[in-house]
Amino acid sequence: MTKGKVTGVVGNLVTVEVNGPVGQNEICYIHLEKEKLMSEVIKVKGNIASTQVYESTRGLKVGMDVEFTEHMLEVELGPGLLSKNFDGLQSDLDTKEGIFLKRGEYTDPLNKDKKFAFKALAKVGDTVKAADWLAVVKEGWIDHKIMVPFKFEGKYKVKSIVSDGEYKVYDTVAVLTNDKGDDVKVTMSQKWPVKMAINHFKEKPRPNKIMETGVRIIDIFNPMAEGGTGFIPGPFGCGKTVLQHAISKNAEADLIIIAACGERANEVVEIFTDFPELIDPRTGRKLMERTMIICNTSNMPVAAREASVYTAMTLAEYYRQMGLKVLLLADSTSRWAQALREMSNRLEELPGQDGFPMDLPAVISQFYSRAGMVHLDNGATGSVTFIGTVSPAGGNLKEPVTESTKKAARCFYALQQNRADAKRYPAVDPIESYSKYLEYPEIKEYFKKTISEGWVDLVLSAKNWAQRGKETYDQINILGDDSVPVDYHVIFWKSEVIDFVLMQQDAFDKIDSITPLARQKVMLELVMSLCEQNYKFDSFEEVTPYFKKMINLFRQMNYSEFKSDDFFNFEKEVKQLAEERRAK
Amino acid sequence: MQGQAFQKIYTKIIKLNKATCTLKAEGIGNEELAFVDGRPAQVVKIERDEVTLQVFQGTEGIATDAEVIFTGKPPTLKVSEQLAGRFFNAYGKPIDGGPEVDGEEREIGGPSVNPVRRMQPSEYIKTGIAGIDLNNALVTGQKIPFFADPDQPYNQVMADVALRAEADKIILGGMGLSNDDYLYYKHLFDNAGALDKIVCFINTTDDPSVERLLIPDMALTTAEYFAVDKNEKVLVLLTDMTLFADALAIVSNKMDQIPSKDSMPGSLYSDLAKIYEKAVQFPAGGSITIIAVTTLSGGDITHAIPDNTGYITEGQLFLRKDTDINKVIVDPFRSLSRLKQLVIGKKSRADHPQVMNTAIRLFAEATSAKTKRDNGFDLTDYDERCIKFAYEYSEKLLAIDVNIQVDEMLDTGWNLFSRFFDKNEVGIKKEFMDKYWKADAK
Repeated sequence: MTKGKVTGVVGNLVTVEVNGPVGQNEICYIHLEKEKLMSEVIKVKGNIASTQVYESTRGLKVGMDVEFTEHMLEVELGPGLLSKNFDGLQSDLDTKEGIFLKRGEYTDPLNKDKKFAFKALAKVGDTVKAADWLAVVKEGWIDHKIMVPFKFEGKYKVKSIVSDGEYKVYDTVAVLTNDKGDDVKVTMSQKWPVKMAINHFKEKPRPNKIMETGVRIIDIFNPMAEGGTGFIPGPFGCGKTVLQHAISKNAEADLIIIAACGERANEVVEIFTDFPELIDPRTGRKLMERTMIICNTSNMPVAAREASVYTAMTLAEYYRQMGLKVLLLADSTSRWAQALREMSNRLEELPGQDGFPMDLPAVISQFYSRAGMVHLDNGATGSVTFIGTVSPAGGNLKEPVTESTKKAARCFYALQQNRADAKRYPAVDPIESYSKYLEYPEIKEYFKKTISEGWVDLVLSAKNWAQRGKETYDQINILGDDSVPVDYHVIFWKSEVIDFVLMQQDAFDKIDSITPLARQKVMLELVMSLCEQNYKFDSFEEVTPYFKKMINLFRQMNYSEFKSDDFFNFEKEVKQLAEERRAK
Repeated sequence: MQGQAFQKIYTKIIKLNKATCTLKAEGIGNEELAFVDGRPAQVVKIERDEVTLQVFQGTEGIATDAEVIFTGKPPTLKVSEQLAGRFFNAYGKPIDGGPEVDGEEREIGGPSVNPVRRMQPSEYIKTGIAGIDLNNALVTGQKIPFFADPDQPYNQVMADVALRAEADKIILGGMGLSNDDYLYYKHLFDNAGALDKIVCFINTTDDPSVERLLIPDMALTTAEYFAVDKNEKVLVLLTDMTLFADALAIVSNKMDQIPSKDSMPGSLYSDLAKIYEKAVQFPAGGSITIIAVTTLSGGDITHAIPDNTGYITEGQLFLRKDTDINKVIVDPFRSLSRLKQLVIGKKSRADHPQVMNTAIRLFAEATSAKTKRDNGFDLTDYDERCIKFAYEYSEKLLAIDVNIQVDEMLDTGWNLFSRFFDKNEVGIKKEFMDKYWKADAK
């Protein structure tokens, strides 16, 4: 095994003189007096390897011993990952000792003593290959598949498999024989390098289904596809995190993985505090039971930020291989890009725009491309849907991280300062934002089958009303209330109805915060039918109070239980109100 | 760790520039503290046997044969109860004429708290300033800066907040504080009889600017001692973080690093986060709350310093002059406390959130009415009433010289609503209207 000695330190970049072969991205450990620090090779020149240390480098000295591991940064996969809180390097945060994080303390991701109920799926004599399902164990409420390790190449024969019963993670559960006749023992756990995608599937089709989030401005106006990608850029204070949390609470996924990357620790604490209490409306289980948190907050080591998003993605892919629907949320990918910038700077690479490394767009698009829906070899379907947030410097969307992400992601949820200032939440800009999936023939077909024939047209027409309303508003502002035709006021107020009733949503209200698609359909159709109607007013002064009243009734509907008496009563009142002013 | 007796003295500097010097030395640890000709310096780069030191006071007058002594450890601070009531410089040396502090020696800039060992903040900090308590309630364990132009009285407001906050300890980290402001704080704490719960680390404009970089770590190491070891509620005041960031930029420039936006180092976000994220609520009851000042130039919050700060902190308090009442107010639109929903309506009266939102909404309508008036359009009766409301709201609640209890703020709000508006214009939940509406206020 290759060994080395430290020759230089600047920030968390440490150069090492090595006595043998080293690989790019190989993991090594630097030995201090008491602790060992994990670091990753990021550049090699002659016998000098430059490494980034995942910890503080305080006290590091020239001449310290370094030991190389011959593998890249890996995560450990197996039952027992669910509901856990990991750091960026997959150390279990709950089993770490003390209040403060100790440098060089890496804890096991899996509990080696816990027993799982094992039920074989494969039989002796079966021919299997990497990622084939050998058995199933109960991990909470999930059927966790025990798979042939992803690193295995070629075909294997099942020589033996243990009988159904309770086993620990590192017990041998099967013996496989390869074509040379060698036996390999298989446990319930395996390792996989985070920078490599897990690609054991038959095909990755275009997304053809919607992932319901319960957030109206997403589901109706900018739908997210199952296995799709999207991003949320926005200046601070616009509600990026609140929106992501809302999605994580309501989304129609089997599993949610949250990567808190370089953001506030108190936001993660909020998840720790709320999620074990909140109920998943779909299954009736605690939200925490389907959630995993990868947490590298802004004060934790910078180099591990990059690792944290890759760790989260690899865990998501692992569960996808079991035929599950995984939603991955990363907050925020800008912090990861900044970590890349700091390192590129220390390596004295020639910088691209704003000092970011030249390959930033490639790195981002490669990462986004790991998401997607897949058909597995055994016919099952799994998916990883990815939504990242971006924190553009100064709120300016023309900066490199936002622009690179825009090229990679298919949905764009632009948060707008003005809307946030006006407390119109979620502050997703109704005009700038888009979902490319709305144009996919597969998705249109899906809507036709599951909702209604004219759904997409209805959505586009609602978007058009929003745009017209904005244009009319500008004209009213320039010309004055009484110098424009009364119709202008009506058009503007129709767009306000769409805005207040459909686009805005109260993330803190029990009922309004989650709107199932069936309910969204009812609301969109009702709102649009009233928008298409012509109204009769004698003067512009009548318009505002009338529509304010209408909006108020609609909002009461939003706050009422779906199809309750209250709901129908308000619906009746709204329709009556519309009838009063109907123009022939 | 090396003992004093075995210290090796180096006398051969091979490279010198304004802020750093480089020499050949062996067995030196990264971030180790050293003395160059008696001046404190810290190891920032090691390349084989060449060690680069950042000299905090600058290298003016340092010769290539200057004496360099390494201490074998990073900068430290001795912590004990004796810190209370004392004034120190950036190195933790007393500047009040008192004796050196005895206690346990701790490295400054230590590790971060394990996120799963934190607790969700939930304790309401009451300051008496309605612009804060009513609209932007502060919570222990929060981190929040004042965003203010240099001519705003942010130091005074911060001092008011500190003295009224009922903290067990107040720790002031002054960076680039003018001598006058330093004496202001000193007298204020003295007169308030609060000296025994104050600890100050001061770098004034007279001191070298790079020394400032040590101030937040000194202040926060002290804070952690009182919050963790003594379970106390600690309030840390940091003023002015813009000058701290400027010092970071100077150092990174001298280290030949490529600057990012606004000539700031690319690591600005992480550097600031390392400081602000020390704010924490511990399950055992201790807490660290950080209130900082970030001065703006011309109110520009898109500059790299306030921008990065805004992404890190839990809101910001924005001071501005209201020309209608000719007083400084806490701007209700641009200010935000992200943690307020953890306490308002829960640790205060249930009508708090609604009163807060309604008043801000009406204040916003007054602003559009004023724009309408300025553009020469006629005002409706409602517009006129909004403007009158805004004047009194500013005067009685938003101005920074207000000092009343939260219940009184809410009552004042109800009083204003009832005087200027009809019931249906206010739009507050019926149960609160029945309870608090003052029908006889008109």
